Amino acid sequence: MPPLPIPEAAPLSWYLILSAVLFALGVAGFLFRRNIITVFMSIELMLNAVNLSFVSFSYKLKQNDGHIFSFFVMVVAAAEAAVGLAIILTVFKNRQTLEIDEVSSLKN
Amino acid sequence: MDAILFLLFAAIAVVCAINLVLQSHPISSALSLVGVMGSLAVLYLLLGGEFIAMAQLIVYAGAIMVLFIFVIMLLNAGTELRSKRHLWGMYAGIPMLLALVGVVAYIVRDVLPASGAVVFGSFQHGNPEDIGKNLFVNYLLPFEVTSVLILVAIIGAIVLARKEVD
Amino acid sequence: MNFLVLSLIKAAVVAFVLMTTLAYLQWIERKVIAHIQLRVGPRRVGPHGLLQPLADVIKLLTKEDMLPSHVNKVFYFLAPFIAVFFALIAISVIPFGGEISIGPIKTAMQLTDLNIGVLFILGLSGMGVYGVALAGWASNNKYALLGGLRSSAQMISYELPMAMAIAAPLLMLNTLSFRQLVDAQGGYYFGIIPRWAVFQGPFPQIISFFLFVIAAFAETNRVPFDLPEAENELVAGFHTEYSSMKFAAFFMAEYANMVTVSCVATLLFLGGWQPLFPAEYGSKFIPTLIFLLGGAICLFHGFNPVRPLDRITLPVAGIVFIGIGAAFLIPIVATILLPLFWFSAKVGVILFLYIWIRGTLPRFRYDQLMNFAWTFMFPVAIANLFITGLLVALT
Repeated sequence: MPPLPIPEAAPLSWYLILSAVLFALGVAGFLFRRNIITVFMSIELMLNAVNLSFVSFSYKLKQNDGHIFSFFVMVVAAAEAAVGLAIILTVFKNRQTLEIDEVSSLKN
Repeated sequence: MDAILFLLFAAIAVVCAINLVLQSHPISSALSLVGVMGSLAVLYLLLGGEFIAMAQLIVYAGAIMVLFIFVIMLLNAGTELRSKRHLWGMYAGIPMLLALVGVVAYIVRDVLPASGAVVFGSFQHGNPEDIGKNLFVNYLLPFEVTSVLILVAIIGAIVLARKEVD
Repeated sequence: MNFLVLSLIKAAVVAFVLMTTLAYLQWIERKVIAHIQLRVGPRRVGPHGLLQPLADVIKLLTKEDMLPSHVNKVFYFLAPFIAVFFALIAISVIPFGGEISIGPIKTAMQLTDLNIGVLFILGLSGMGVYGVALAGWASNNKYALLGGLRSSAQMISYELPMAMAIAAPLLMLNTLSFRQLVDAQGGYYFGIIPRWAVFQGPFPQIISFFLFVIAAFAETNRVPFDLPEAENELVAGFHTEYSSMKFAAFFMAEYANMVTVSCVATLLFLGGWQPLFPAEYGSKFIPTLIFLLGGAICLFHGFNPVRPLDRITLPVAGIVFIGIGAAFLIPIVATILLPLFWFSAKVGVILFLYIWIRGTLPRFRYDQLMNFAWTFMFPVAIANLFITGLLVALT
């Protein structure tokens, strides 16, 4: 079998394309899923894709500021996950449902 | 060798992300997200960010996702019902999505200048010592502000989720 | 030699030694607990029950491997795999001794020296929670689910004091790689007191050591923190529905976690493979003395045996011990075996502490356990870290 044209090391653009693909999948999950928790997890997927983008650019610029931004994104995601899950628990206690279409008493 | 590692873990990340979007039970989605985070940690290691890779494992995959799994197990969230419409949307949408991704990737590769290869070991500043020096000298104020943010989040979560004392 | 081949050989040796250690750790535990409880322990399979672990392995392998119909099959298979995977991978960053050279090959007694070794172990102990939580969920059984949730909550609650107890000696030793941690604990105060982290100024890390050991008991689900898997409390906790090899996998994961945590405690607090007193005062002869003493005791009891079979086995054991003691005197072998001896001795002391406490203390109730973590250990860990940081900054 002839050797496939895989380069020795992956160019940086491949990392950025992967980040874009993961972000797009996160947006797809956010828009098309109906369970609140899955929507929340799609948000976390988007944040992870952005972290990958930060670290890739930090590699390109040869500074570690991107790593520090990524670290702060993780911290904020942790805080957001805690408060968001507490809100989800409260919504479940009051409405007994986890579908975002049914939590619609403010509609119309 | 670096490219093979990248392709392997990028493939795992994309497969787990697709699994997250497609699975009907939230627990399977949560475990797929843990898989995404694990493969992203390996990609951070390839990019020279060893501290960030370990922080991803400890904080994201080891604490935040455990919190998600707890909540899913406690709420006993069942499988999600599928809406029966829009089947034609799936059959037409996925090829169009792939075409869009292909066109955008082609444009990105043509227009932007060629990026260098990511060689494992060529970025030496991702170790905890350098990150610590940068974090506590240049980014001290954001660090302190995020600690206040975490405190606010803890208090908010406790207030929101406590039992009503009647 | 090629790096890959050398790494594979080292990995094979470490894996083999680890598996044997896990099997015989169970034997030691049963014997020690039996003697604490004034009985004898396994005696029938082999002399003094030494082949008992082999019998247990054969039993577990040949037991019927059921798949209950009501479980979630993917997670049922995944959970023990995750538990064992993360427990065994942690051994790859633990150094067992210094640099050795066998013939032309010069290598370190460690599979890989990551410069973030401590963070790696912390991350893996965080990921080990998934094995337990998934086992509880997959079993589709309310007792297993309760046991799994309680165990995961306990493990993540005790991760915080453990991480802070680890951070305090790291402030003094200034590195995250395990090999450099041990090298920073070399040397002696006044020529006699070793510079281990529990003795090192400006703040001897004794409180951190106790906090770490207590948090480690909770992380590995051992008594007194083993309510989630206690047999008379919750059926058998999260591994109720598991049988044969999957149950053996959880068992192996628990013992491997115990060994890993004891190794980390030794490396961070007790100085790794640094000897107790300097080589000028004769610390090279301590292992020889200990093994010769053990051999002499075995031979003495072999000549006045309590049981008839001991007339054969005890003198054999005595000769083996004297042979090992003599092996420590050969200089070429001693450079490899001496650091290994000190490291194993310290790890053995901590493992004996684990087993001793299992035979002695009752178990905590679940709310007492969580209360203990959040209202006692967490503030003490913060205070300890604060004082350490203050003293390091002031000197």
